[in-house]
Amino acid sequence: MTPTLGHFLTVGGMLFAMAVIGIFLNRKNLIVLLMAIELMLLAVNMNFVAFSYYLGDMHGQVFVFFILTVAAAESAIGLAILVLLFRNKSNINADALDTLQG
Amino acid sequence: MDAKTGFFYLFSVVLLYAAFRVISARNPVHAVLHLMLAFSQASGLWLLLRAEFLAIALVLVYLGAVMVLFLFVVMMLDIDVEGLREGFWKHFPLAAAVGALIALEMAVVLMGGFRGIEEPKAMAAVVDAAGNAVAFSNAKALGQLMYTRYLYPVEIAAVILLVAMIAAIALTLRTRKENKAINPAFQVRVRAADRLQVVKMAVTQKAPESALVVTAAEEKKT
Repeated sequence: MTPTLGHFLTVGGMLFAMAVIGIFLNRKNLIVLLMAIELMLLAVNMNFVAFSYYLGDMHGQVFVFFILTVAAAESAIGLAILVLLFRNKSNINADALDTLQG
Repeated sequence: MDAKTGFFYLFSVVLLYAAFRVISARNPVHAVLHLMLAFSQASGLWLLLRAEFLAIALVLVYLGAVMVLFLFVVMMLDIDVEGLREGFWKHFPLAAAVGALIALEMAVVLMGGFRGIEEPKAMAAVVDAAGNAVAFSNAKALGQLMYTRYLYPVEIAAVILLVAMIAAIALTLRTRKENKAINPAFQVRVRAADRLQVVKMAVTQKAPESALVVTAAEEKKT
């Protein structure tokens, strides 16, 4: 079974589902939540690259480039917030973030 | 089954295993290391898809920079893992059901919906200005698109990175009590009157006559 577009898209879909399971399981661990978001972005990028190759369109790869940029910025700020949170609360439990009483 | 097919299944299986270890590892350092493995496998899959530039960029930027940032942060924090994993397996059946549903639906739709597209349409060779066929270069094609049609988005992306850098530094910057640095806003607002004060004083002691003569002679010279 040679890999077709559907195979690559399915790998992306399974990766996305894995990240969703990760968010379900690690509701309290902020670091693993960030990592699951990275996995989701990777799954989306996989779909973009697969479409770009099989449809012969370079614009998908340009879009992946921008997603990588934004993901890098997101993880940098997310980790900075995490460090700040650990400094103030001495843990990274997402349940402890109830100061706003939302 | 040719080499490409074998590599596709190898990369996919290792990628999904690494993703599973990321979300289930007890030790956060192990999770980050498995995330690095997952990204390297994704880079291999992108090489199969002829996205060479993005595959290398993924290894350089993600494995080299972002994941090391994750590792630093994980190692800096002293995390109580047991407290965070409380109720970890309680929601596993629901999570597994939701994940399986997502994966199954996506597989059915994507495998069925794109059945017509079996062969890639990626260009093997392009024609240059002189009319000769030259080998297709992924990095060149990507660069030409990015610096012509996507020039403004590229610059906006640069600004986003700058904002992220300043935000990360500003969030984590900690000033110490014994810090002698001057507040820049205060420094910019300073006026001459704050620095130099002209004091008018009455003469308390008359200068000697000889000194006056010497100064008068010097003034004449100049």
